[in-house]
Amino acid sequence: MGFEQFVFYVFAGLLLFAGAMVITVRNPVHAAMFLVMTFFTSAGLWLMLEAEFLAITLVLVYVGAVMVLFLFVVMMLDINLVPLREGFMRYLPVGILVALAMIIMMGLVVGPEFGAHPVPERHGPDYNNTAELGSILYTVYVYPFELAAVILVVAIIAAISLTLRRRPLVKHQDPDAQIAIRKQDRLRIVKMDSEKK
Amino acid sequence: MAEFIQGLGLPEALATFIIILIKIVAILMPLLLALAYLTFAERKVLNYFQARVGPLHVGPRGWLTPIADAIKMLFKEIIIPSGANRFLFLLSPVLAFGPAMAAWAVIPFDAELLLADVNAALLYVLALTSFAVYGIILAGWASNSKYPFLGAMRSAAQVVSYELAMGFALVGVIMAGQSLNLREIVLAQQGGLWMWFWLPLLPLFVIYFISGLAETNRPPFDLAEGESEIVAGYQVEYSGISFGLFFMAEYANMILISVLTSLMFLGGWLSPFEGIPYLEEWFAWVPGIVWLLLKTSFFLLLFLWVRATFPRYRYDQLMRLGWKVLIPITIVWLILLGGAIVGEVGPWFD
Amino acid sequence: MPFAIPNYNVAIPEMFVLGMACLVLIVDLFLTERSRTVTYLLSQATMVGAAVLTLTTYSQEVVLAFSGTFVRDAMGDVLKAFIYLSAFIVFLYAKPYLQARKLFKGEFYVLGLFGVLGMMVLVSAHSLLTVYLGLELLALSLYAMVALQRDSIFASESAMKYFILGALASGMLLYGMSMLYGATGSLDLGEISREVATTKMELVMVFGLVFIVVGLAFKLGAVPFHMWMPDVYQGAPTAVTLYIASAPKIAAFAMVIRLLNDGLYGLHMHWQDMLVILAILSMAVGNIFAIAQFNLKRMLAYSTIAHMGYLLLGILTGSGDGYAAAMFYTLSYALMSLGGFGMIILLSRAGFEADRLDDFKGLNERSPWYAFMMLILMFSMAGVPPFLGFWAKVSVLRELIHVDMTWLAIVAVVFSIIGAFYYLRIVKLMYFDKAEDNSEIKQDLDLHVALSANSLGILVLGIMPGPLMALCASAIGVM
Repeated sequence: MGFEQFVFYVFAGLLLFAGAMVITVRNPVHAAMFLVMTFFTSAGLWLMLEAEFLAITLVLVYVGAVMVLFLFVVMMLDINLVPLREGFMRYLPVGILVALAMIIMMGLVVGPEFGAHPVPERHGPDYNNTAELGSILYTVYVYPFELAAVILVVAIIAAISLTLRRRPLVKHQDPDAQIAIRKQDRLRIVKMDSEKK
Repeated sequence: MAEFIQGLGLPEALATFIIILIKIVAILMPLLLALAYLTFAERKVLNYFQARVGPLHVGPRGWLTPIADAIKMLFKEIIIPSGANRFLFLLSPVLAFGPAMAAWAVIPFDAELLLADVNAALLYVLALTSFAVYGIILAGWASNSKYPFLGAMRSAAQVVSYELAMGFALVGVIMAGQSLNLREIVLAQQGGLWMWFWLPLLPLFVIYFISGLAETNRPPFDLAEGESEIVAGYQVEYSGISFGLFFMAEYANMILISVLTSLMFLGGWLSPFEGIPYLEEWFAWVPGIVWLLLKTSFFLLLFLWVRATFPRYRYDQLMRLGWKVLIPITIVWLILLGGAIVGEVGPWFD
Repeated sequence: MPFAIPNYNVAIPEMFVLGMACLVLIVDLFLTERSRTVTYLLSQATMVGAAVLTLTTYSQEVVLAFSGTFVRDAMGDVLKAFIYLSAFIVFLYAKPYLQARKLFKGEFYVLGLFGVLGMMVLVSAHSLLTVYLGLELLALSLYAMVALQRDSIFASESAMKYFILGALASGMLLYGMSMLYGATGSLDLGEISREVATTKMELVMVFGLVFIVVGLAFKLGAVPFHMWMPDVYQGAPTAVTLYIASAPKIAAFAMVIRLLNDGLYGLHMHWQDMLVILAILSMAVGNIFAIAQFNLKRMLAYSTIAHMGYLLLGILTGSGDGYAAAMFYTLSYALMSLGGFGMIILLSRAGFEADRLDDFKGLNERSPWYAFMMLILMFSMAGVPPFLGFWAKVSVLRELIHVDMTWLAIVAVVFSIIGAFYYLRIVKLMYFDKAEDNSEIKQDLDLHVALSANSLGILVLGIMPGPLMALCASAIGVM
């Protein structure tokens, strides 16, 4: 077993462990942290596949942003997980059935060709995964890529239009109005005769 | 050094491992020392700004103060609140400190002087700095107390928001440098003061630094701590070295942001006198790392200067600045920059 | 870096709509509440401009672009033209309705335009990737539009239902697509159809096909995947229901053709059986359940389910003529449904929704002209000659008989006779019952004109259906 295989098994083992912990620990914050760990270990595996861009993006997007917001929500909601788990034994047979079906289907797809593929060749040290990905994304897949961007725009518009509303009863400051204030609006200098005794 | 270890007749993998270990130590030891003295510098600078003299008594002219502080922190008791989540409470300072150190792996100090020449170095740094927020959030939650929790919530929203502006600023750097590799980005800035990216990317440069202030939770964006409102935010329940790790992480992140700003916008180790007759030759003997350290020190001073000058932002103002001012500016500038690069506008992009 | 500029010309209508949608989005930001009409006018200009761009470059030839992910052909162009037309009419009908309910916001039009873009992408998709992206773009816009009326519990509920079931359907579709990709190793529909013809892995493909058909049935609203339709149709603001019920059905037809014909024609034997079941169930459930409804929007939802059944009849023949008949059916359905929901908008006013059947009682006394228009629409939907809906049904049934499925045609006729009952009931209410509400119908002139034109168009097309049929046949390029 070479060094590389050793690293692979370490990452893979940690990944499976963390994945199992995500669905078994009782504390939702712990579960979220184990999910972070699964992201890290899978990023490690991707690095070994020479997909460093994807690996780092996985950490950047999922660990750096998505999971932070997720944690935010989990902490704020303070979910009690016990009622959520009550039906576990009842759903177990169905779950096993689905898992078996998926394994069989994967076997059908991969089975006949398993081992038929040669081991892919290693790229040299000057191979740049990011540049390769960029050049294919902006040429061959430019149309789907732009469409994905449009979908994100729609998602933003939808999210904002559904959440942004003016509630008349809430007091809030309007910085524009604060800055735009003039002396005449607030201050009135009155000429008065001094009082005479 | 490397030849010496390879000559010892150790197995290949082990020798490489030892060499890397030595390099790591060579980066981290000066860094930790710099951390300690940055705290000292901060106190001194702030004090001079406020017309005071600052620490004077430990060692000659107070020079041993940070050492005394470090010893004090190491020997103080770590108090764990009874309602706290013990595991996460102890884990979170480590999560804050770890990424702040790990990011240094890809920082080039000179054209040849770096630990790992990674293709996607910039993304790596961004990913690690974004990870630092976990320390703060978990600390706030694990303390099981009001003020830390408020601080953690503030910090989570703040860091995620400013990361966007920061990321967009970095996209500009990547476009201008045509690479994700920090070394290549610096090399793309060759040709003197006016070729450095601060000029063509001026708004991005400013925004990057502002977002850096927010990402490190430094004043005027230190709402996560906010001593006057929420007592010290996520740090309330921490003591001893567990507090010390947060403290060190904050300063390590400051240095990191300063180094990155110097590398990406101020030409890193390149001499400012490049292309100027006489001056260039007179200063040719100065090693690149000195220029880098000088630039970094300048930005560190700026960090302290800002702290001494500006009052803290209010929370809604902070969000407004991030989302409604900084992000739109970066996007507009990215479009202009794209035009300039495609149109090969000189002298930077021809 | 070698970089061949792709053939952008064929996608100019798409780019125009995208650009205009972004423009509307930004312009709307700077408009005051009173000058919001500018948003509306810009959206209508977009539809007109897109129609001009599409029709001036219309040709019979099939062009692939963007590395085979995009296809421009006659069927696509004709469908797109009708999508613009439907969206144009929707925007026009929706305006007074939205204004009366303080919903006249830029988002409706922006999301509507992005939805149109999604439909265009879907119509021109030539890769599983673009099918999915177009579908999501359309669906995401629709979810948000349904939820736009935030203070209505019904709208929020139906938006949630629509969103969750829609996401489930997308999941099914994706799962099927992933199996197809696993079996053929390609996302390109042309490549897939070649692989299907020579495959040894038929089992995996049929498995994938099942999921794809389920996903499609969800999107079309065919039984047993129709549960979302009545609730969404009823809960959404009528202006949005109008949108959902018209143009997206045209896009859904295109999606079915692209996936099942362009990609999986080799599995025709398999999907034909599945569609037969879906069609019979849809016609049965749609027509029978519609009888029990007292809410017009809900009734029209069940009527839509039934219509989708007839549409599937045309597709399942698997012949070019059958597709042309189904396309004819889709286009006629879109026109009729626009008219039907348009009538509800016409009779509604601020604070009042004319969506109960009782609201149509005695319409003849209030406005003989609109009672007649509604009569045309209802007769056409029921399939009474000589209206458009009759010819749509006839052409679909004729193609069924051509492929020796006479029994299915007989079943369809039986259900359409059952269905005639509830359409004619509305006619009875309008002409023979006393009005409960005698208020005058007050609406803008443009709504009067457009709605009358819509209904009369159905009459005219019913009297001479030849040109539209010929257009459909030539667009499909009858094989």
